[in-house]
Amino acid sequence: MTPGASGGLIFDAEVRRGSFTLAVTLTAAAGQVLGLLGPNGAGKSTLLSAVAGLTPISAGRIALGGQVLDDADAGSFVEASGRPVGFVFQNYRLFPHMTVAENVAFSPRARGLGRRAAKSAARHWLDRLGLADLAGRKPDQLSGGQAQRVALARALAGQPELLLLDEPLSALDAGTRLDVQTELKNHLAAFTGPCLLVTHDPLEALVLADRLIVLENGRIVQEGTPGQVARQPATDYVAKLVGLNLYTGRADASQVALTEGGTFIIADQNLRGDVLVALRPSAVVVSSQHPQPSSARNTWPAKVTGLTLLADRVRLDLQGQPPALVDVTPAAVAELSLSPGSQVWLTVKATDLEVYTRAHSHPALTDPHHSPPSTHHSCRQRQKTDPRD
Amino acid sequence: MVTRTAPSHLTARERARRIARGGASRSVPAPLLAPALIAVAFLVLPLAGLLIRAPWGHLGAALSGSDATQALTLSLWTSTVTTGISLVIGVPLAWVLARTSFPGQRLLRALVTLPLVLPPVVGGVALLLAFSRVGFVGRYLDYWFGLTIPFTPLAVIMAETFVAMPFLIITVEGALRSADQGFEEAAATLGATRITVFRRVTLPLIAPSLGAGAVLCWARALGEFGATITFAGSFPGQTETMPIAVYYALETNPDAAIALSLVLLLVSVVVLVSLRDRWLRGGSVQ
Repeated sequence: MTPGASGGLIFDAEVRRGSFTLAVTLTAAAGQVLGLLGPNGAGKSTLLSAVAGLTPISAGRIALGGQVLDDADAGSFVEASGRPVGFVFQNYRLFPHMTVAENVAFSPRARGLGRRAAKSAARHWLDRLGLADLAGRKPDQLSGGQAQRVALARALAGQPELLLLDEPLSALDAGTRLDVQTELKNHLAAFTGPCLLVTHDPLEALVLADRLIVLENGRIVQEGTPGQVARQPATDYVAKLVGLNLYTGRADASQVALTEGGTFIIADQNLRGDVLVALRPSAVVVSSQHPQPSSARNTWPAKVTGLTLLADRVRLDLQGQPPALVDVTPAAVAELSLSPGSQVWLTVKATDLEVYTRAHSHPALTDPHHSPPSTHHSCRQRQKTDPRD
Repeated sequence: MVTRTAPSHLTARERARRIARGGASRSVPAPLLAPALIAVAFLVLPLAGLLIRAPWGHLGAALSGSDATQALTLSLWTSTVTTGISLVIGVPLAWVLARTSFPGQRLLRALVTLPLVLPPVVGGVALLLAFSRVGFVGRYLDYWFGLTIPFTPLAVIMAETFVAMPFLIITVEGALRSADQGFEEAAATLGATRITVFRRVTLPLIAPSLGAGAVLCWARALGEFGATITFAGSFPGQTETMPIAVYYALETNPDAAIALSLVLLLVSVVVLVSLRDRWLRGGSVQ
């Protein structure tokens, strides 16, 4: 079943804004929550804006359920007010001069219902999202979580066929975020159309999205289920986001020669050629002296260059061949008397190394720790001409 | 080498004030203080003169002895009609200037702003040339409809609108420019057409500025003199507004002139008080 025919979204377009170009091809099926993950300035919000009709595209087309929303070549364009789209904005943009009920009734009224019908449509959505008690309040009398629900109710009350959420939880404090996130997940599950969810919070993406697209500098750099993206990140950005070490190298008979120096012994003997190696920071053992021979196959010296206290552990930044981020307990830090400059030995079991071939070469990967943003711009051309492919 | 300053006396009260508010000395240097005081005196003394010379004992008699009631009534209703007309046609123009772009827009904005700096009497002459019985528009109004505008209350309203409407337009245009367009985008994604967005989102959001602009426009219309006397003349009960009545009374009956001036001063103070939150605190117009 193609996404376009069954109420799905097809986005195959370019948006040029000054020197920035967003060039993305994606589809989202009805009922699917597609997470758009990426750093600031990656083009996530631009993409939503183009789908909503707030920004016309420069080339290509956007279609929803077989109906063209924007076609740059044919010159056709559906105005934002004519698109069956519900948009939950980053700061919600609730109308400050209207009550909660009036905010939620706005879309039914604007889409042609009479005053009374719009009111009862609003009441339906207020009840459904548990907002009935807040109906008479003004937006400045709402907590962050309540405002988020009102924004969702307002978007859903227009009975959209497509839902767009721009960082729906970023305005919330950490305490309420988890509750609202769980609630949002339930409401998204009940929505029958496709849903695009923009976030730069990996946890939010992992919890809420059925499928993830990672955007960097206006291009898709990875696409897959949240599990795939988290386990096998394609770029250094994603790896950092999900808290993994990511190395590039060349595999040859259970050995990987790493681009930035050093060698890993891996479990898989059949891999050949360019590979990515992902390593969980908690899978690395730190010793103050050269460890006794053991079943762990990888041991190398390193120097502590930084310590960061996380919630329940300490993240060590280590220089060596290769460098690594390693998580240890605060007790271990005290026992090994670790401080910047300490010389240690790192040990990793071959089976803890997640090794996978690159889906496609990406110039940023040649130097994952110091990738200048400018290398991303030429990614398409480089992919074709890269001799390693 | 920094020269050391000997400690000077700092009262406990001044010390406490500086701790609470922060910041260094707030004493005013003499080169700034003297001109500032002259400016204050210049602005306050004339008003004081008005209050001192006022015929407090027989204020009522001074007012009734002139055409005060007639003039005040005419001034109040023409200013109000002027404000209404300015809202109906000026606000849409402000929206066009703020939210669209087209060739010649800068020229149009300059033309709209011109009456703000143009001597009002020139505006009156211009209105006369256009709408008098031999003017290039008035000629046809007279020929087709038998309508003669100059020296009628309608002429008063036209003169006041010409001079006062730009104040409203400029205020509202500024508010529209600085308004958060995110709300309008949100309204568009909720299915609202541009006119619905204007009516239900844009206008309510700029309501405070709309009110300020309307009051400003009304006050300017109330004080209009030059364009009105040129275009509408000064027929008591017909076109003689308060400022014109004051001007003529000063020659024949100074007490009445002062009493009329006090009435206008009172109206101005009321206007100022109604806008105190917006202007007297030095904040910007939202």
